[in-house]
This record gives sequence, C-alpha cells and structure tokens, in this order.
Amino acid sequence: MKSEKGGKDMKSSLQGSKRLGKFLFYAGNIVIGLIFVSPLIWMISASLKPEAKIFANMNSIATFFPVDPSLDNYFEVFRRINMANVFKNTLLYIGLILLFDLIVNSICGYALAKFSFKGRRLMLSFVAALMVLPMEALLLPLYIEMAQLGWVNTTRALVIPFIAKCFSIYMFYNFFSGVPNELLEAASIDGANPISTFFKIVMPISKTVYATVFILDFVAHWNDFMWPFLVMTGAETRTIQLAVQSFFSTSPVHYSAIMAALVVSAIPMIVMFVFMQKYYVEGIASSGIKG
Amino acid sequence: MSNERRLSGRQKSERLAAYAFTSPAIILLIAFLVVPMCYTLYYSLFKYHIIRPDDMRFAGLDNYAKLFHDGNFWKALKNTAYFTVIVVPVQCALALGLALLVSKRFKGVAAFRTMYFGPQLTSMVVISVLWAVLYNSNPNTGLINSVLTGLGMEPVNFLTNEKTAMNSIIFMSAWQGAGYQMMIFLAGLQGIPSSLYEASSIDGASKLKQFLYITLPSLKGTVKYVIMITMIQAMKLFTQPYVMTQGGPKNATKTMVYYIYTQGFQKGNFGYACAIAAVFFVIVVAMSLILQKFTNEE
Repeated sequence: MKSEKGGKDMKSSLQGSKRLGKFLFYAGNIVIGLIFVSPLIWMISASLKPEAKIFANMNSIATFFPVDPSLDNYFEVFRRINMANVFKNTLLYIGLILLFDLIVNSICGYALAKFSFKGRRLMLSFVAALMVLPMEALLLPLYIEMAQLGWVNTTRALVIPFIAKCFSIYMFYNFFSGVPNELLEAASIDGANPISTFFKIVMPISKTVYATVFILDFVAHWNDFMWPFLVMTGAETRTIQLAVQSFFSTSPVHYSAIMAALVVSAIPMIVMFVFMQKYYVEGIASSGIKG
Repeated sequence: MSNERRLSGRQKSERLAAYAFTSPAIILLIAFLVVPMCYTLYYSLFKYHIIRPDDMRFAGLDNYAKLFHDGNFWKALKNTAYFTVIVVPVQCALALGLALLVSKRFKGVAAFRTMYFGPQLTSMVVISVLWAVLYNSNPNTGLINSVLTGLGMEPVNFLTNEKTAMNSIIFMSAWQGAGYQMMIFLAGLQGIPSSLYEASSIDGASKLKQFLYITLPSLKGTVKYVIMITMIQAMKLFTQPYVMTQGGPKNATKTMVYYIYTQGFQKGNFGYACAIAAVFFVIVVAMSLILQKFTNEE
C-alpha cells in the first residue's frame, strides 16, 4: 500500500517537472525567437511610421508597433529610386544566369555521373579543386578582362562569368549518380542516343534537383554585392543591393524611407521563400550531409 | 562481331556526348576562374598602375617585399584573422544551439524555425544598413543603446570606437548567418537514429551525457562541413565593413578583401593589389586544406 502511494506521488511529481520543462522549453524558444526577429520587426515598423515618429518611444515596447501606419515612406522610395528599372536589371541578370546555370551545369554533372570517357576523373577533381577558389582573389584580373571585352556596365559582365558553378555541378553530379543505370540502358536499347536520353528521360524525373539549384542560386545572386558594385557603376545599371546601399548613403537621409527600401528589397526573397521553402531548406540541408 | 562493333559505336557516341556536355562548363570555368587566377599571380609580379597600363614593368617580388613592410596589410590580415577566429565558433555554436531547440517535432516548431531563419531572408547589405541604424551611439536614435540605457547601462559607441567596431560586426554577422547553419545541423540531427537515445535513456544517461556521447560524435561530419563553410565565408568579409564603417574607425574593420579593394580599385595599384589577392588566395586554400586534413585524421 505504502509503496504504491509513494509510486503515485513520484509519478505526479515527475509529470509536474515534465510540464515545467515543457513550459520552460516554450518560454525559451519564444524569448530567443523574439530577440532574433526583433530587428526585423523594428525595420518593418519603422518603415510604416513618419520620420518624426520612428525615434519616439525608443524606451518602450511601442517602438515595435506603428501607431498610425502609412505607406508614405514607400512612396518616397519609389519617387527617389527608379525601382522598376532596378528590379528589371536585377531580375534580368539573375534570370539569365539561372537559365544558363541550370543547363550548362546539369549537363556537365550528368556527363560526369553517367558517361564513361577519358578525363572523367581528372575533370571531377578539377571541379572539386576549384570549389575552394575564392572569387575575391581574382576580382582584379576579372575586372580587367571585362574592361578589355567592353563589358563593364553591361549585363554580360554580371552573367557570363558566373554561369559555370562548381557547386551546382556537384549538386547535379550527386543527384544524377543516384539515377538507376537500368533506366538509361532501357532507353539506349530502344535506340535513344545518350543526349536525347538525358533530355527526354532523365530531365523530366529530376525536377527536385533543378528546383533546389534554382532557389540556392537565386538567393545567392539576389544578395550579390561586391561584383555588381565593381562593374556596374552607372545609375541606370544598378542592381537592387547597389540601389539600397546608395540610398543609405545619399542625402537626404530619411531613416524611415531607408527602412522602407530595405523592406522592398527583401520582398522578392520572402516570396521565393514562401513558394520554394521545401527545396531551399532541402538544398541547404543536403549540402551538409554530402560534405 | 557485329554486336561488338555496335557496342563500340555506342561507346563512341557516349564519349562524344560526354565532351559535348562537359565542355561548356569547363571552358567557362577556365575562362573566368583559372585564367583570372593565373593573371592574379602574374600581375602581382609587375608594377602596374591603372592610370598607366602601358607602363607595366616587371618587378619580381617587389610587391611582396613591399607587402611585408606595409602596416596596413598586417592590420588587415590581423582583422580578418580576428573576425574569423571569433565568428566561426560563436556562429557555429549558436547554430547548433538553435538546431537543438527546434530539432524535435512539437506544436509551433515550424514557426520557431522560421523565426531563427528569418535574418537569412534579407541580404547582407540590408542587414548592414539596418544594424548601422540600430547600433547608433545616441540612445535616442539607436535601438540597442536605448535598451542598454533602459537597463541602467552606459551607451556604447558600437561602430565609432575602434575597440568595439569589429565585435559589433561579429555579433551582427553571427545573428544573420546562424539560421543557415542551423538548417544544416537540423538535417544532421534528424539523421541520428532515435534508437541510440532510447537505449541510453534506459541506461539512465542524462541529457548532457546524451549530447556529449551521442549527438556530438554523430554530428562530426556535419560540424566539420559547417565549420569549413563558415570559415571560408568569414575570411571573405567585405560587405559589412564597407556598408557600416568604411573600414574604420582607424582601420579597425579593414579586412583583406577590403584592402584588395582599396589598393586595386580605389588607388589603382593593380599590381600591388594582385599581390595582396595572391596572399589572400594562398591563405584561404591553405586554411581549407589544413582544416580538411586535421579533421580527417581524427
């Protein structure tokens, strides 16, 4: 009897501590999560306030809430930055990179994974070795190359040097290595040549890897700063990050409008994330498993 | 016999297809990675100024000798090393901690994951501009200083004091980057079979012991990869100091890539800047090789 009662007590206290643990776990997550996003919330809140109000109430939680929200700051941003042009420049160059990136790197990755030919191993180690090469170490000669070709201030300078990517080749190589050989043999018995086998049979079943490389490279290029900053010097050819950076350092410095510009520049990323979250997260995660 | 010939015909067409498929990527990699890299090394041996491109004179190792006596170069090297040495452990530990917080399935887990990943949805330029405002030394306009003074502390000149400027950039960078590494850790954590934890909790192992003896050893490969990518990225630091401090105050946030930019693009000393770039290249490659070797031997 006695021992049974003791057992019950222990059980309920165990449950109690479990509940407390769960509460602390949630509380911890909420506090850390709020601290994590608070700068972003402040940015959005400030973008909706008039300039005179964004630094009022700095000592209270009210600084995170726009009291009389208005879109005036956004109108100012669109008045002062030619956003249509900036977005056109940015989406055009990223779109072109991605188009060629997906074709050029996927066929290369496929050949390395599935074809037997002389130099295959050499090419694989060539691609792997180039992966550690820091772009920043070759900006100067690359700039001279662009100047000699007359590509400075043209979309070509942003696109052509960045089509081939070792990392994308590796992603495709990994994926295509997993495609069963029986499938390819069956196609070749049916008389398909290696090239049409790829386009007609392999490509349609490989949408995941294309989506993953697409979103990873979209995000990477949306964030491009240093190279566009070096080769796109004209106001007309500015990309989004350059526009944001120069808006920050051009008078009149209206902090509320700057915050609005930051929000506008983040919108395409957020839209992409909402629609392609699965592939994006998987892409980040799978890169780690392989390494 | 005819069968054999057909086979070799297929091999031949496969070889042709292989060259057709690989050559665009390989040609582009050579043209825009290998060739510029060679030119970096080549130009570094010349006296080459952007205003006088025709007056390019061979200078042997003069640029490297000059580099050796250039205080600004050593300062940039030191700053880059400091940033890397601090930000890598801080950011990786933060990312692992966050991953542990949201690795189990529970109500709202997706929302918390998105919150921690949130800073990744904006670019480094956006984050740098935002934090330059948040770090403002006046507590009436800088959010962080207004919180500090609210807690009874003295306001800090985060970006205008040479002692705190780099640390401020480190803190911000870790905050922005951790969400990305968290996702990699999450995948690693999910790959650990739950039977391992079940067995050890029957044996009465504490959470801490489970973390030390199950979680960490199982994550070894992931940790190695995360450290590697964080380190390589850290050594390339440029955007944050460019947007937030212009390398100041007193060069406290001038990094190697920043110095390549200053010498090459602002001052036009292409030859000299290429020597800096060559040293930078060697350091990055050497560090990745050392890390790889070091972690493989264990």
